[in-house]
Amino acid sequence: MTSTILSLAISTSQLVLGIAMCLSCWRLIKGPRAQDRVLALDSLYLNAMLMLVTFGISTSQTIYFEAALVIGLLSFVATAALAKFLMRGEVIE
Amino acid sequence: MNALYALPEWAAILVAICLLVGALITLAGTIGLTRFPTFYQRIHAPTLGTSFGAAFILLASMIYFSVSEARPVLHELLILIFVTITTPITLMLLARAALYRDRAEGRDVAANAVEAERGETTGQ
Repeated sequence: MTSTILSLAISTSQLVLGIAMCLSCWRLIKGPRAQDRVLALDSLYLNAMLMLVTFGISTSQTIYFEAALVIGLLSFVATAALAKFLMRGEVIE
Repeated sequence: MNALYALPEWAAILVAICLLVGALITLAGTIGLTRFPTFYQRIHAPTLGTSFGAAFILLASMIYFSVSEARPVLHELLILIFVTITTPITLMLLARAALYRDRAEGRDVAANAVEAERGETTGQ
């Protein structure tokens, strides 16, 4: 009974996060300017990170936590570098 | 692929509620990202997911692993602290870059916003 509730909640939240990823992909493709695309990419990173945490709960493995941590780090580096690129035209001066 | 641990009932319901609330808050933030009309409004929306959406889902993960392994498992706090610290930094950098690009193209967004606000307060 309790595992039914839990697995139902996990699959529902994965579905909801998947819809959120599709919406950010839509903004990534459509986004009128470059900064909209960077923002959508940041949002996509966040949604993927949360999706990995839910995968970690559904498989009872803590290895997904490390993957989520790495994705969080990559999200920070990628968005900071892209914002620097939009500002100055190059990343490393 | 391991199966789900059989949690006690209160823990299962708590984990399920935290997961659903976190996922729905994140979805609300992403809907805001797609629906707001201007970039400076859109940049506020995904922070809903980085603050409370991430907090609820990571809380669910913490409760699940703590109850199932019968010891406190708190390493999800690392992700939460990191996301909370880095989101304002990256979004501020991005907003400054967007403002710079708008000004370089001759569209002074800040001055237009000030004028619009002045027009609203004086009554059209």
